[in-house]
Amino acid sequence: MLYREAGDFKTSYRADGQTFPIRLDRWAYYAAIAVAFLIVPFIINDYWASAVFVPFLIYAIAALGLNILTGYAGQVSLGTGGFMAVGAYAVYKLMTAFPEISIVIHILLAGGITAIVGMLFGLPSLRIKGFYLAVATLAAQFFLVWLFNKVPWFYNYSASGQINAPERTILGFAVSGPAASASTKYLVCLVFAFVLAWVARNLTRGTSGRKWMAIRDMDIAAEIIGVNPLAAKLSAFAVSSFFVGIAGALLFSVYLGAAEVGEAFGINKSFLVLFMIIIGGLGSIFGSFAGAAFMVLMPVLLKNLLVGGFGWPTDLAAHIELMIVGALIVFFLIAEPHGLARLWALTKEKLRLWPFPH
Amino acid sequence: MNQQTEITADGRQIGGTLMEMKNITLRFGGVEAIKNISFDIREGEIRAIIGPNGAGKSSMLNVISGFYVPQEGEIWFKGARRGPMKPYEVARLGIARTFQNIALFDGMTVLDNIMTGRLNRMRAGFLSQALWWGAAEREEIENRERVERVIDFLEIQNIRKTPVGRLPYGLKKRVELARALAAEPQILLLDEPMAGMNVEEKEDMSRFVLDVNDEFGTTIALIEHDMGVVMDLSDRVVVMDYGRKIGDGTPDEVRNNQEVIDAYLGVAHD
Repeated sequence: MLYREAGDFKTSYRADGQTFPIRLDRWAYYAAIAVAFLIVPFIINDYWASAVFVPFLIYAIAALGLNILTGYAGQVSLGTGGFMAVGAYAVYKLMTAFPEISIVIHILLAGGITAIVGMLFGLPSLRIKGFYLAVATLAAQFFLVWLFNKVPWFYNYSASGQINAPERTILGFAVSGPAASASTKYLVCLVFAFVLAWVARNLTRGTSGRKWMAIRDMDIAAEIIGVNPLAAKLSAFAVSSFFVGIAGALLFSVYLGAAEVGEAFGINKSFLVLFMIIIGGLGSIFGSFAGAAFMVLMPVLLKNLLVGGFGWPTDLAAHIELMIVGALIVFFLIAEPHGLARLWALTKEKLRLWPFPH
Repeated sequence: MNQQTEITADGRQIGGTLMEMKNITLRFGGVEAIKNISFDIREGEIRAIIGPNGAGKSSMLNVISGFYVPQEGEIWFKGARRGPMKPYEVARLGIARTFQNIALFDGMTVLDNIMTGRLNRMRAGFLSQALWWGAAEREEIENRERVERVIDFLEIQNIRKTPVGRLPYGLKKRVELARALAAEPQILLLDEPMAGMNVEEKEDMSRFVLDVNDEFGTTIALIEHDMGVVMDLSDRVVVMDYGRKIGDGTPDEVRNNQEVIDAYLGVAHD
């Protein structure tokens, strides 16, 4: 009864084109933003930041990036881990080479560098499609990990082969290194996720997004209305890699603090982010967040339930947890192949009429 | 170029040559799909290309829209020779088309599909798009207004926000026409716009084709199988058979052309 659009008339095309056309959705969105910015930073502690919020926000950025490429532009990629590694190593090199410059600029530049690398590996997409493209991007994944392992310049010749994030501050607050507090880390990631989600929404609602979706749905028809496939695909790779690069940079500098490329940015990462967008919903901004939340929260939740709730041994719980997460993925894909975003949309459609059946 | 502007019996204006095909030959390996065909399209007219199955009509349309590059021959558009072009470059010249098997974007709404017809007119820079500020938003609203006019014209207001994949066949055809019209093309190419339609839908579509030509003065080149429709709609007709041109002229001239009658009614090829 409460959730309805009746009486909510639009009198301009601007009003009709807004992101949340239904009033209640708009309010819910503002409320969520207010809680995220004004309440969570004051109550967050180290456990919640490192187990839930920070990884959720960082993976949400990566999922947004991959969703632009795969969900909107229809180009499958298994190179996400590799591109995250590019972002991480770029930000590491920049942080150590120019310590006096703000880390925000380093992170943005790392995104830019990843965008260029992404475009380079996106070139084959002009000739190959679908599974074959996925295999081509898999090559990017393996090549990049190998590169960062093999060339000592990338890890500043450190004996361990690891990269370690030095301490950097924003406005006097440490954001990287051991001194960084939970709420600063959270806020930095939140600001990046918020701004990037807004940019992703803007890009996908307008000219670029329509070009990407046209290429995704039918490339021949896209060409006949004047879309240059080369430009459209490469711009999708560039924007997507920019997002993924920033996610990689944040993952390394703010979240992990130290990273070894094969471990932190291996093929598992590529699959993890791909699962996020499939479960969350391809071609949906909300879906990117929902998928990231599902994949980050579910293991934490299960662990707490099994170990904390039932008192099972940790190693058994760890194995069972993997099986349950896997089963849940299968269940969700059968129940709703279009992901959590579609499930959410269907629920809202039902809610509009509730409690009446029609 | 040198033709006089004519006024047709129903009061439409037909101007000089807009596009001219000169001695086009298209081969696929050893097969000659189009053999040395020349014809012109004049500004403001409805030009039909007809012929039995496999005559090379669709190939001809694909040559015009840039999917195929002919081995021989020249294409002249607005008095200038057109070099080999990619389809998206042809689209930017102002040539829009529809397909025999509908080529819409199924995952997008009707509105978004039609908006894609205006992509070539969007000039906003990437930054403006990313921030949805200035040019990007202004363009979106300006183009939305134009698209809404097309939606009104084709009477599809009620399905504006419906995903295209859910629409029935006849409506999809209409949405595809809307997308082509939204581009405000100089030449509109229609590949079998009435294929697979029932009589009522055909009548609707015929009316839309005539209205488009009449109200916007759009030049139309169409391929169609339904002879009744072709003869009623078009100003001039090109008839093809086995990749050759066997007739060219007004519907009446073509109807009485012995070669055309043979091709359609069948005669022993020796």
